[in-house]
Amino acid sequence: MDATDIADPDYFHKVVDCQYACPAHTPVPEYIRLIAAGRHADAYLVNWHSNVLPGILGRTCDRPCEPACRRGRVEEAPVAICRLKRVAADYKGDITARLPAAPERGNGKRVAFVGAGPASLAAARDLALGGYDCTIFEADTRAGGMIRTQIPRFRLPETVIDEEVGYILDLGITLRAGARIDSLRALLAEPFDAIFVGCGAPRGRDLDIPGRAEAAANIHIGIDWLSSVSFGHVERIGRRVVVLGGGNTAMDCCRSARRLGGEDVRVVVRSGYAEMKASPWEKEDALREDIPILNFMVPIEFTHESGRLTGVLFEKVEARHDAEGRRELVPTGEPPVHIPCDDVLVAVGQENAFPWIERDIGLAFDRRGMPVVDPLTLQSTHPRVFFGGDAAFGPKNIIWAVAHGHEAAVSIDRVCRGLDPRERPAPHVSLASQKMGIHEWSYDNAVSTDQRFAVPHRAKPEALADIRAEVELGYDDRLAFAEAQRCLNCDVQTVFSARLCIECDACVDICPMDCITFAADGPEAELRARLNAPALNPDQAIYVASGLKTGRIMAKDEDVCLHCGLCAERCPTGAWDMQRFLLTTAQVEHACRSLSPA
Amino acid sequence: MTFLPKPKLHHPELPTNAIGLTRRDYEGAISTLCAGCGHDSISAAIIRACFELALPPHRIAKLSGIGCSSKTPTYFLGQAHGFNSVHGRMPSVLTGANLANRDLIYLGVSGDGDSASIGLGQFAHALRRGVNMVYVVENNGVYGLTKGQFSATSDRGSKSKKGAVNADTAIDLAGLALELGASFVARSFSGDREQLVSLLKAALLHPGAAIIDCISPCVAFNNHAGSTKSYDYVRHHNEAVNRIEIITGREPIAVDYAPGTTVAVTQHDGTVLRLRKLAADYDIEDRAAAIGFLEGRRREGEIATGLLYVDPDAQDLHAHLGTIETPLNALDETALCPGADALAAINAALR
Repeated sequence: MDATDIADPDYFHKVVDCQYACPAHTPVPEYIRLIAAGRHADAYLVNWHSNVLPGILGRTCDRPCEPACRRGRVEEAPVAICRLKRVAADYKGDITARLPAAPERGNGKRVAFVGAGPASLAAARDLALGGYDCTIFEADTRAGGMIRTQIPRFRLPETVIDEEVGYILDLGITLRAGARIDSLRALLAEPFDAIFVGCGAPRGRDLDIPGRAEAAANIHIGIDWLSSVSFGHVERIGRRVVVLGGGNTAMDCCRSARRLGGEDVRVVVRSGYAEMKASPWEKEDALREDIPILNFMVPIEFTHESGRLTGVLFEKVEARHDAEGRRELVPTGEPPVHIPCDDVLVAVGQENAFPWIERDIGLAFDRRGMPVVDPLTLQSTHPRVFFGGDAAFGPKNIIWAVAHGHEAAVSIDRVCRGLDPRERPAPHVSLASQKMGIHEWSYDNAVSTDQRFAVPHRAKPEALADIRAEVELGYDDRLAFAEAQRCLNCDVQTVFSARLCIECDACVDICPMDCITFAADGPEAELRARLNAPALNPDQAIYVASGLKTGRIMAKDEDVCLHCGLCAERCPTGAWDMQRFLLTTAQVEHACRSLSPA
Repeated sequence: MTFLPKPKLHHPELPTNAIGLTRRDYEGAISTLCAGCGHDSISAAIIRACFELALPPHRIAKLSGIGCSSKTPTYFLGQAHGFNSVHGRMPSVLTGANLANRDLIYLGVSGDGDSASIGLGQFAHALRRGVNMVYVVENNGVYGLTKGQFSATSDRGSKSKKGAVNADTAIDLAGLALELGASFVARSFSGDREQLVSLLKAALLHPGAAIIDCISPCVAFNNHAGSTKSYDYVRHHNEAVNRIEIITGREPIAVDYAPGTTVAVTQHDGTVLRLRKLAADYDIEDRAAAIGFLEGRRREGEIATGLLYVDPDAQDLHAHLGTIETPLNALDETALCPGADALAAINAALR
């Protein structure tokens, strides 16, 4: 097979599974090492540069990095990347003096943002640092968007939101709170050079089944109810509550209900437990608070008596696979089940709604009512209008919104400078040897065999008594260090020089994971099968180097490499070296360049 | 040399052998030899051979003398019995151990200094007596521990790292072993893992005195231009006479070669060594031819490797002496000390 081109930044980027999986490409191992070194403020700034909201994401992120983490392929559980991010935020101290400031003289360009959620905040931060005059329009009284309205306080304290939203707004961004945008046409008429739409997916889906209208007083739409709870408009709920839906909103609803008087709270889901959309850890948190999750039950009727809700009637279903292997839910034929309750929370999905965007202003929508958006540039068919977050492609999560914000900011910057937004700036990449001595590396290459550490929780009675009491207490210093040490430093790359190799097999023998093979060349599929340990994970690359004296090739399966550096320590000629690969995605120019740590 | 212990984590698909062990279970402590040492490659080959044969590690005794090579038993088979003996005296200790307990598998590990210089006499007599063992000489042609003087196996005309030229004739340990009556004689190269593993497996299954003279480059003192035991030199002058597959009865014969290119050697204990011939008219059961062949290759400047000679009807020391089948540690006191009457009877028989 072809020799690997390690000069292509994508190759080593893919080896850093967590960073590659992160939509914002946060250099995860880099900040985890800083946490292990006790440099929390530096770790925070690495995060702040990439994902803008480290304290918030450290509590609420959907963590696409963790399923990707190599540690999860080597032993049972991935590194607790998300909660380590929180550690950086918790222990950073005062970093305000280290945050970059917007340039004193702006570039004269003005950008409007619709909605003050994570997508707009990320885009506005990048553009403000690039000298743009940014104005955010927000219908609510405070900035934050769904972060503030939908995520319960027991998962994310308000102080964290205020702090991190504040860092962004303090860059000279104008917030027009309480100003709902009713017409994009009108906004386009104002003197803005570009408009970024980050208004989220604000409409909770309803459930149109018999009894819905009659019992309406006790049937609530999940995200609206969460928002009312968040702003203090709702402080109580009935004793018996049924939550419909299996996503993270349903989990937030049921746990909030438990804290507002719900003693008998149940979650009822159409699908099976494993297929639920909620993150596994959120399901576990609900179960831990004595909330049963009932699966394979489809609501068919709200029962009521003299205008008052009495319960919900469910049909039992089971999963079957049709001829084409598609899963479908088929009624079992058992009699319907009635669950009596006082209140119902409907959390069966969210929808986008753009009633305020006129359809004749040159901005195309698709058949599903979504704007036509270029996934590379986030540009709509109107050259001055950009979308990001849930408003762009439907409900996703905060970290995707942040990533969209960065990319849209780059596009807006390029459009404002008269450049083609489809030409994307290259990432900043460095690759540097970590060798300090014969057995000394500037990273800690000993591999921890600890299992994943659980984050301490507040005692249940205390947590359930106060909806504002944060459940997770976060890692303390000692746990944070031990968990950080579980990181395999996948960004410290094994770099091979065939020119120096004498083919002594020392690296092959020392490699604890049998990653390295010296063999005759062959086509990839055939080569994968005959490596010392067959490389059966096609998602992980084989690093191939040719140019050896015997004419063989070196093939290294990246899949389960521990990055322990023993190959390099064992190599008599320095043909293997451990080199730190640091990739930062390009942001708006002049934006927080000075933030990369030494 | 590595300071970190090898992490306990291993490949999730690491295979197990017939007795449920992984290859990692055959490893020892982390090596303290120089990085890139050929000896470490030999250790890895021993680990693989024992794993593939599914030998129970606790039924193996590894014995060694003094030198870089003799340190290596620490680095493999951590669960085996070990005896790090006096310089050049491994063969005597091994012979004694073998006489006391014939049930163990004996693996003697030595080097060119330990076997060809200080221990040459011991080397000779252990082979001559046909002790059932695998005797591995990790031969780097240099005294590595004392910084690179020529050893007794350095070829005449080869150059030291500092440029001195060796004027003495080299001892060819494989040739010597043939003369001495070893019943399994092989030569290999630490840089040819496949060949070495198959030779080790064949040697471990051989019921007699088996010796493998294994060229093992010293990266610190004997891996330069002008050396005849460097990686580059051996790779360029390596002439393998055959490739072995071992058939123990458990595994089916996997590969079919053209007729006439393979030969099967059935040893008297039933194991079959199947050889793929690389030198067409080479007969591995002909000792005189083997001696001639070695001399011929040497004159050409080539290094003959592979299984050079095997006697399928080899007998070991116990057969020669007619000793009891049971290991001494399994005999009770009355058997071991039959008493004054028995002694008197023996003495009477000798009068």
